[in-house]
Amino acid sequence: MSSTHDWINNPLGVVKEMFDMSHNNSTSGWEEKVVKFFKEQLKEKDARTAVPSLNDVPLHYLKPNSLVKFRCFIQDMFDPEFYMGAYETVDPSSKAKMMQCGKYKDVAECSVDFHSSNTVNAERQTFYCVPVPGESPWVKERYASESQGRVVPSTSYAPSRQKRSYEDDDDMDTHPQKQREPNSAVGPQSPDNHHGNADCKRQETEAPSSQAASASHLDLNFPLPGEKGPSCLVKVYEDWDSFKLNDMLEVYGILSVSPVLSVLADEKETSSSLLDPTDSMETAAEQRVHCPPASLVPRLHLVHSQRLLHNNPLMPLTVMEQNTAFLSSTLSEMAAVRAELLTYFTHVLLGDTLAAEYLILHLISNVYNRRDVLPLGKFTLNLSGCPTVGSYTERLYHIIQQLVPSSFYLGMTLQNLNQMRLVPKKDYVANRLVSGALQVPKNTSLFLDETRLEQGQLDTAGVHNVTALGNLISWQKVDYDFNFHQMEFPCNVNVLVTSEGRSLLPSDCQIHLQPQIPPSQIEEYLSSLHVPSDSSSQVNKFRIFLGVARLLDYSISDEVTKSVEDDFVDMRKDDPQSVSAEDLHRMLVVARLLSLSLGQTTLCRDSWMRAKHIEMQRKTRVEQQKCVNGNEP
Amino acid sequence: MSSPNSKRGRSSNPPTPLSEDPTSPPSQRRRTQDSSIGDLMAMPTSPGTDLLSPAAPQDTSLLSSPRPSVLPPDVDMSSPLMYGTPSSRMEGTPRSGVRGTPARQRPDLGSVRKAPQVDLQSEQPVSDATVGSEPSGGQRLVIWGTDVNVNICKEKFQRFVQRFVDPTSTEDENAGLDLNEPLYSQKLEEISVVGDPVLNVNCRHLQSFDAELYRQLVSYPQEVIPTFDMAINDLFFDRFPDSFLEYQIQVRPYNALKTRNMRSLNPEDIDQLITISGMVIRTSQLIPEMQEAFFQCSICGASARVEVDRGRIAEPAACRHCNVSHSMALIHNRSLFSDKQMVKIQESPEDMPAGQTPHTIVVYAHNDLVDKVQPGDRINITGIYRAVPMRANPLQSSVKSVYKTHIDVIHFRKTDEKRLHGLDEDAEQKLFTEDRVQSLKELSLKPDVYERLASALAPSIYEHEDIKKGILLQLFGGSRKDFSQTGRGHFRAEVNILLCGDPGTSKSQLLQYVYNLVPRGQYTSGKGSSAVGLTAYVMKDPETRQLVLQTGALVLSDNGICCIDEFDKMSDNTRSVLHEVMEQQTLSIAKAGIICQLNARTAVLAAANPVESQWNPKKTTIENIQLPHTLLSRFDLIFLMLDPQDEAYDRRLAHHLVSLYYHGEEQMEEEFLDMSVLKDYIAYARTYISPRLSEEASQALIEAYVDMRKIGSGRGMVSAYPRQLESLIRLSEAHAKVRFSERVETIDVEEAKRLHREALKQSATDPRTGFVDISILTTGMSATARKRKEEVAQALKKMIQTKARTPAMKYQQLLEELRAQSETAVTKELFDEALRALADEDYLTVTGKTVRLLA
Repeated sequence: MSSTHDWINNPLGVVKEMFDMSHNNSTSGWEEKVVKFFKEQLKEKDARTAVPSLNDVPLHYLKPNSLVKFRCFIQDMFDPEFYMGAYETVDPSSKAKMMQCGKYKDVAECSVDFHSSNTVNAERQTFYCVPVPGESPWVKERYASESQGRVVPSTSYAPSRQKRSYEDDDDMDTHPQKQREPNSAVGPQSPDNHHGNADCKRQETEAPSSQAASASHLDLNFPLPGEKGPSCLVKVYEDWDSFKLNDMLEVYGILSVSPVLSVLADEKETSSSLLDPTDSMETAAEQRVHCPPASLVPRLHLVHSQRLLHNNPLMPLTVMEQNTAFLSSTLSEMAAVRAELLTYFTHVLLGDTLAAEYLILHLISNVYNRRDVLPLGKFTLNLSGCPTVGSYTERLYHIIQQLVPSSFYLGMTLQNLNQMRLVPKKDYVANRLVSGALQVPKNTSLFLDETRLEQGQLDTAGVHNVTALGNLISWQKVDYDFNFHQMEFPCNVNVLVTSEGRSLLPSDCQIHLQPQIPPSQIEEYLSSLHVPSDSSSQVNKFRIFLGVARLLDYSISDEVTKSVEDDFVDMRKDDPQSVSAEDLHRMLVVARLLSLSLGQTTLCRDSWMRAKHIEMQRKTRVEQQKCVNGNEP
Repeated sequence: MSSPNSKRGRSSNPPTPLSEDPTSPPSQRRRTQDSSIGDLMAMPTSPGTDLLSPAAPQDTSLLSSPRPSVLPPDVDMSSPLMYGTPSSRMEGTPRSGVRGTPARQRPDLGSVRKAPQVDLQSEQPVSDATVGSEPSGGQRLVIWGTDVNVNICKEKFQRFVQRFVDPTSTEDENAGLDLNEPLYSQKLEEISVVGDPVLNVNCRHLQSFDAELYRQLVSYPQEVIPTFDMAINDLFFDRFPDSFLEYQIQVRPYNALKTRNMRSLNPEDIDQLITISGMVIRTSQLIPEMQEAFFQCSICGASARVEVDRGRIAEPAACRHCNVSHSMALIHNRSLFSDKQMVKIQESPEDMPAGQTPHTIVVYAHNDLVDKVQPGDRINITGIYRAVPMRANPLQSSVKSVYKTHIDVIHFRKTDEKRLHGLDEDAEQKLFTEDRVQSLKELSLKPDVYERLASALAPSIYEHEDIKKGILLQLFGGSRKDFSQTGRGHFRAEVNILLCGDPGTSKSQLLQYVYNLVPRGQYTSGKGSSAVGLTAYVMKDPETRQLVLQTGALVLSDNGICCIDEFDKMSDNTRSVLHEVMEQQTLSIAKAGIICQLNARTAVLAAANPVESQWNPKKTTIENIQLPHTLLSRFDLIFLMLDPQDEAYDRRLAHHLVSLYYHGEEQMEEEFLDMSVLKDYIAYARTYISPRLSEEASQALIEAYVDMRKIGSGRGMVSAYPRQLESLIRLSEAHAKVRFSERVETIDVEEAKRLHREALKQSATDPRTGFVDISILTTGMSATARKRKEEVAQALKKMIQTKARTPAMKYQQLLEELRAQSETAVTKELFDEALRALADEDYLTVTGKTVRLLA
């Protein structure tokens, strides 16, 4: 019992013990031992949940230098830094020398002997991590409720904190629960939102001396507007090349919030720069970004991390294959759940079963491979003909948000297009990657609401934004702007475009909504629209269904390949104009998604026929629509 | 230290020989080959600061006392032993030849210059007790903490300068020098003439001459470079005693073999000489850094000079003259300052692993290196890697255990400098390993290399073999020809291609692929680009407030390929800038006081949709694309990407697509060449192969051209222009390049002809006649024939209308009546065309020998 608490509450003690045992002999491999120790500990049952999470416990309830976990997203990577891996201290009174370990720490003990020959320098990498962008409230709540690592505010600890803690309490306590109010997520929000100002205020009180020169608020650089939560500087000691920008991670690390970190930054400005010009080189902006106050942006010294394939709390973390029990039980239920979901979506999509079918396919699509530049498996859906009454699209987004782990609503108003930053851009002054709304983790549902588009002029930024959206849809990549050059980052985002007519953005598949409700009653119907309650078991089933279907493997047997080929040739024979290579591409994707949605991991003839059938239905509908408004291209 | 983590975990430089680990790299060992090793071993516990350990500079800032007590007490810091300070070097360099040319400080060698460097030259009495007590009595004495013996080092370097010859040198710096004479001696002569006291030394030369000296230079640049300075100055003033220099010559080594990518720098490289490449992203303003402070006593007016010691100035507590304490005041105007500039370097995009952000590093430039580089420059820098601990406040008890790193630059070398002048591709020459070249050559010998490469291009796009071949030839390009003497300037070597076709025929995909394949590709969309975005624009730089020329996509893709999607949606205004680029390969700009001509030797790969979004087979290319024919004629190849509508094709296509979606990556890779091989192959051919026409090939080209003209002349139309001949030449050259052949053979011409014909057959087929008609492309009309045809058709229509309303007429009879009516001769062909035109209007139909009226 006590040992558990030791490694959670005082991980540095564990590190120190191992370090001391090694007697500064680097062949002893104490570093590997430390890593291995934590890995083993975390393998234990319930060990993971026992570690308090930075996501749902307010920062000031957490003990400094204790082990915490953080579910996060790598937003930026800073330059590697050199630090004292081991150093010697001299006791001023007794002159006794002691070896100290500098790993997993930001601050060195006092009276360091800088001239000691035993100093070992080492290198570590810093990542700037933010909470997973666009994470749905239900995901956060679910994770929070699972975590047993709730820490009670300890009175003995409070005095060591700055006085402002109490103000922050009100702030922080309430937020994890209502992280995203409905309207904050849906309404068109200017990126410079309220909470940024709050930060500003807080920061100024925190470190008044440094603020004279840099009054602008501290931008925590969240990719999506309206996000909340702690961001974190994660210091990585091993194997940092394996981490990629935009990775979703669960990190276990030692929390470091020493106020010295921010104080050191303040002192810089006051100290004379003439004597040591090296210090004045970093601009204030850079300073602010790379050394933000630790009370706002804590440091985490990573001891263990796991790349997250998904952030669905209802599914096991590990790869599907290793969890055969879970997999088989879900697979057997797939078809039934799918039928339920179809009924529900039909209800939501005003009685349109075909559109509901496509919506399911869209939600489980996933870029599973890339052939040179071509991403395979993407399935961008353009839902045209959306009623503009009763904020239908927003309701639709809410329902989707309830079902998928991460999502983002982007109302394509002119203002948003012209002013929002979609593409991340490198800010060379502050030396950081300024995030944009398209910097999202994989499998985020991006909901583009084109019904909000009105007439007007797009300026240069707007054109760039539309181009970026187009690139995202067509190639599943975003070209980050590095000023002197662009860098391509592949992504994997499910884009759903709702529009009245055909969307101005490209899409893989367009379906025109055919409401079975007379237009006059739509408003009434909408108000009675059933939104799944959070706790119902049905909703959870849907959530698992969508999550699992996305991760399944898939193959096509030679037999079916043959018959697909024959089919294609036959279709072309009748009317070469009607089916193009593009159509075959789409049909193959539809067939794949259809099979997966039924829990089948290989394509069977039935699914292929069915895919063909719904594609035909959809096409005739699009044709009809063209005839109705003839002037539409 | 053999732990797997040794890269990070190892002490950067064990300061004493005892703690030295046998596994540390040789460059780290301070061991000379002579017997004095034992002597050095004798000082294991000395508390002295190790110069090379990153801990050394800490005492400059972490402790508040300016002179930490760890110094060996006997070392007199102001003794002439300390070379390298301005005063000491002037007096301390004993040779008379230096003649008082002032030495200039080298802040690039670091501010810790005055740390206890004990220059134990054997003729000097050894004053330092710690070191002097060595039993060997100072036979082979070295600089503290290193294995560098100043005298030996000097001699070696002088020998290097006097003897080193590099007959195979190709560097441009050595242009005009006699390669069989000692290289650096000639450079010294140059210095005496030009008066620029900087000697750049290529470390590669030094290494090939004296590997041991090179090792010392890389390991202890801070000590060795001043030694080189001394040596070179002695040598110089011996040879040119009368020359006048502004200050003493400084040696600047570059191209250290420890050339690295920024990512691979680690703590072991601290205080070593390194060369890294990168891109300048930011330069700071000039920072004056105090080198020598001037104090004046406010009471008696006596002055004192104090040199900066590791970033600190020890203010004299009392005036030496009048003994009043705290009377000395700093006089800024009379203090000495040196220039300093902070430059930020970012990793070049090529060096970066995918999915990561580029690293940056701070570089300090000093003195004349300030303002040598601009943001955006690609440079190689050579310098000393430094680590400085984060500054801590003396009042704070704890310190941040992090170092700040930077590079003190010694040498800048721009890598893209040459691109502005002339046709020089050496600058971007990729270095190929022997093995790679061998394997590429083997590949080139395969008889089907052309087909292989073509199919390796965009494997995910099915078939369109000829289009891929065309693009392949575009990637290789023709040979550059210079006709400036005869007044025509450069001939275009780049092949321009237009893809035209139905939407959804993977045109964009092809473009994307090409864009990803070539090193200097640009991808723009016609809809999203404006004329300035393509060419160049003048803007005010927000930082410097100077007008700067920002280049657009066409200039950026100089020597590359500019892919333009949705070419048809481009505004006419924008398209008009392409005229110059696509033939003259330059861009002329005259705006905001900047008039210039930029090179834009770019190949254009454009994709266009037909006007009616679907290709109308009844219309000509011109009518379908609606592009000005002046522009169209600048494309060497115009391909139509249409659905072939053929069962066998469909089957293959279906198979291809299904396997694309189902097979794993590995299986697909096996079938095709690796993309990197293709890249290397193209790069190699572009760099090293420039084929010339052979006699037979010229003959074949002439014949081909004459044939092309003949095709049309039969019907009174010209079907080929000299521009088409040039295209043929380019294509044949490109094909020869594919074979790695220096001669253009007949087979190349044959393929060029075939491809040209294939492309033409598709794009220049007059849909009404079925004949190839180049004039469709060049003029938009098949000469005057079409006009004439219209007239005849109208005349015919009128004639039929005036005639009795018989629903059917005899073909021959109509022709004769029309001939009788018309003033000019009506040929049978013309009559046929007129009939077809009317049939197109659904006015009549022709069946066999009878003509029936409709409606």
